[in-house]
Amino acid sequence: MAPDTTERPIRVLIAKPGLDGHDRGAKVVARALRDAGMEVIYTGIRQTPDMIAEAALQEDVEVVGLSILSGAHAELFPRVVQALKDRGIDTDEVLLFAGGIIPDDDIPALKDLGFQAIFRPGASTQDIIAFVRDWAATRRDGG
Amino acid sequence: MSRAADPDPVQLAQGVLSGDRRALARSVSLVENGTEEGRRVLAAVYERSGRAHIVGITGAGGAGKSTLTNGLALEFRKRGHTVGVVAVDPSSPFTRGALLGDRIRMQELTKDPEIFVRSMATRGELGGLAAMTADVVAVLDAFGKDLILVETVGAGQDEVEIAGTAETTVVVFTPASGDDVQAMKAGIMEVADILVVNKADLPGADALLSQLQAATTAASRGRLEVPVLATVASKRQGIAELAGAIDEHRERLEHTGRREEQRADRARRHLLAIVRESLLDAALAGPLADGTLEELIQRVASRDLDPYAAAARLLGD
Repeated sequence: MAPDTTERPIRVLIAKPGLDGHDRGAKVVARALRDAGMEVIYTGIRQTPDMIAEAALQEDVEVVGLSILSGAHAELFPRVVQALKDRGIDTDEVLLFAGGIIPDDDIPALKDLGFQAIFRPGASTQDIIAFVRDWAATRRDGG
Repeated sequence: MSRAADPDPVQLAQGVLSGDRRALARSVSLVENGTEEGRRVLAAVYERSGRAHIVGITGAGGAGKSTLTNGLALEFRKRGHTVGVVAVDPSSPFTRGALLGDRIRMQELTKDPEIFVRSMATRGELGGLAAMTADVVAVLDAFGKDLILVETVGAGQDEVEIAGTAETTVVVFTPASGDDVQAMKAGIMEVADILVVNKADLPGADALLSQLQAATTAASRGRLEVPVLATVASKRQGIAELAGAIDEHRERLEHTGRREEQRADRARRHLLAIVRESLLDAALAGPLADGTLEELIQRVASRDLDPYAAAARLLGD
């Protein structure tokens, strides 16, 4: 299908909070979203919650994807959400999703925080692309 | 609140002028998207722009432009200036997607609220990139940034166009760029105000420095002298000297009256770029929507029609 040239690209921030330095997964997702026609800002590893929120603000993204493998999501994700709120960015305004090693038991709490989807190792990039596109389509139609 | 309910342009413009960074970020998006709202924001803030010093950082991919930009932003902050950064990366012409990774080398900048970094994709605009960059720079300028660093994609025509939006253009080479120097000399050397050999701790740096020295001496007749500097951006070496050279260039522009001339040049380019784009949009909107454009392209491709005849049909001649 030919891209609709009048539609502006979806802007996405992919960030890795915390101290683990494995960003292969984050890069795979970033490239997949790029190849799906999105503008993906990748900020690199070892981001603090404030750095992530600040980048989201400056880049005016509609979507923020966090990748985490260290197990520190329960501690770090609420701080990212808070740092976004501190900057006037509400979680119902920006699509938040997460990827990485996240146990079942932790998922309800993350959903309550505003994370609309959690993708775990093995999730297909096609699913992630479809998820972001669907959200953006609903949002832009006037939601 | 959703995007559909964006605050109105007047409110956004007021936000920009009163230092609201969120309003700035949103305004940049509107301007970048070329929307009517974006044009109204620009109209409302434009008279407050024109105060910043605009510096273009250009050179081949891998030359260390992002690291250099990072170092320069920190250096100018030390000197008491507020800083805006526009980092341009290419969009894919096929998917229109882009991976914007310049922030990886600018992580420290995110910690300073007086530095605003914006990544921008080229979006494959037909000659529209220069206008888009100039628009985004004008909004940052009106916001009150003292210095705006525009980091561009790599070598090519885009570079020369973007250089047109900068007052001081820094062209970055590395000892590894070797043959690139020859290739880049033509267009880029003419727009360079300062030449930098980055990664100057690598072998071959001295030879490249003298090669560039010789080239500038030959090319700079009738122009301001073009300094050639050595840096190692990753080790913060030579950054203060580069910042000094940028300041000096600005002063020279002012003293020689060249700054006023340059302003007129930039205004001319910006205006003509917008006119070109508007004419193109107006001419193609219908043919694009009803498939005539695609049909004519096919006919030209199959040699059924020559391109001038096709263009004449598009223009209704």
